[in-house]
Amino acid sequence: MIELEQVGYRINGKWLVRDINLSIKNGLLWGFVGPNGAGKSTLLRLISGELIPTTGEIRLFGKPINSYEPKELARLRAYLQQKRDVNFPFTAFEVVLFGRYPYLNGTKETASDIAIADKALRHVEAEMFSERLYGTLSGGESSRVDVARILAQTPGLLLLDEPTNHLDPRHQVQILNLCKKICDQGKTVITAIHDLNLASMYADQLLMLKNGVSVACGSPKSVLTQNMLTDTYDISFNILTHPNGFPCVMPNLNHF
Amino acid sequence: MQKRIKILLILIILLPLSICVAAGVGAYQILPWKIPKILFTQEDGFAVLVYVRFPRIILAALVGAMLAISGTTLQGIFRNPLADPGLIGVTAGAGLGASLWIVLIGGGVLGIWGLPIAAFGCGMLVTIGVWKISESGGKVHTVTLLLAGIALNSLAGACIGLMTFLADDEQLRSLTFWLLGGFGGSTWSVVFVTLPVTIVGVFLLLQQASALNALSLGESEAYHLGVPTESLKRWSVFGVALTVGAAVAAAGGIGFVGLVVPHLLRLIGGADHRFVLPGSVLGGAILLILADLFSRIVVVPAELPVGVVTALIGGPFFLWLLIRFKREVFL
Repeated sequence: MIELEQVGYRINGKWLVRDINLSIKNGLLWGFVGPNGAGKSTLLRLISGELIPTTGEIRLFGKPINSYEPKELARLRAYLQQKRDVNFPFTAFEVVLFGRYPYLNGTKETASDIAIADKALRHVEAEMFSERLYGTLSGGESSRVDVARILAQTPGLLLLDEPTNHLDPRHQVQILNLCKKICDQGKTVITAIHDLNLASMYADQLLMLKNGVSVACGSPKSVLTQNMLTDTYDISFNILTHPNGFPCVMPNLNHF
Repeated sequence: MQKRIKILLILIILLPLSICVAAGVGAYQILPWKIPKILFTQEDGFAVLVYVRFPRIILAALVGAMLAISGTTLQGIFRNPLADPGLIGVTAGAGLGASLWIVLIGGGVLGIWGLPIAAFGCGMLVTIGVWKISESGGKVHTVTLLLAGIALNSLAGACIGLMTFLADDEQLRSLTFWLLGGFGGSTWSVVFVTLPVTIVGVFLLLQQASALNALSLGESEAYHLGVPTESLKRWSVFGVALTVGAAVAAAGGIGFVGLVVPHLLRLIGGADHRFVLPGSVLGGAILLILADLFSRIVVVPAELPVGVVTALIGGPFFLWLLIRFKREVFL
């Protein structure tokens, strides 16, 4: 259970997010959507504890987020950044093993840590490049390795900032299917996502942000409406229906 | 995994070997395998070994170990393989302290300890300055730390230049030789003052290995993995200032050890800091023992400053590394 109460974050006199009230039940996949600069990443970083809210309070699994020790927090929640790079010649497997850092007792990983890292790599179909240097992987390959690292952290809450960037449709679907499966185990996934159709297909709940304020919150069907989208993105959309019943969102041409 | 342990074991064997070779070679030749017997029976060569060669070799080992582990740590903290121990201002600060001492104060009640104390103290002061400049709201901004280090480095360099300008001939000579680095004046008392600093500093820096690994993903990622990033930076910079300050105070400015050793290790055994940090302690010690050996046998009866040797060998070697292993070194 994650609870946000009147959460706001201001830097250099500008509010990046404001007045967010949210209660997120375990076992659901939440999508944060909205235009560039709407505050999706900021909100994720607030929930992760990296940023400290200017106003309001965030409670994670019943306790205020600032009452956790860094390692304790890292065993509860994992965060996947949008921009990632590693400046030293680490192999993909070593990078995944970093996910076990919060569990390290002493300096050496145990056999079970290694087994968990192996399993995480297999989950994202990345085991074939586990011995390659991270820096030599393509964007999509390294994205999968990073997702494996998050999985190796075995958290109850996964915060993902655009996890489907750089991925081809097959691997986009694979990552989001994996998120679904994680939710079925009672864990929570919150992802910032630009692709509204993927959001519609996979999210249980959507939060739509604009200029740091929540403009809509609820099931994809209730959020992805023509009026709401037009107001939020300042262009008009056609709403179709996916053969499986999800709303499908297509921007109209001739806007500019 | 196994490979890294093997490399560390080889280094552990090479260290006493290089000590024996360095102890044997010189104006008075001693065969390395006769050293234990000479030490035991105190026969010919005992005095050369115990009062001249060993303090010098051990000091070179300590200084090499400290410079190399500091280089590795700073490369990890700045996530930049080009960082070297001089970057946070401690080397230039210590040089400034030494030049102020030689030119403006000299001698006095502190005797031979005046210069190392001035060097160490000034190195620490400049590092604290760099740290304070880059701190805001309880957090240290790494890029500012780097830039402040570079700025104070050149400021200290300018002040050293000013001291060189003010110095008379004799002062100029001792200043220049000090700045180039060397182990000519090593005594047991210097070794005994340096040793505890080495032990504390190396122990402190070795503790940071796993956290430095996580930090290679970036500061924010490291935070999300549970690394207390601010205390990691604080202890690392403190450990580097302590060890580099002591190294420069004991032996003057010796470049390239801190830059080249971690690269070599990453090249042969990968980037895991749990391997590179202890490896650089051993590798730095071996490298500087051999560089010092070279410096005292190459232009007999004179001695080259060891800083010149490390730069002469280290510079081209580093360039060769860059050209030969572009990808491996920088990825």
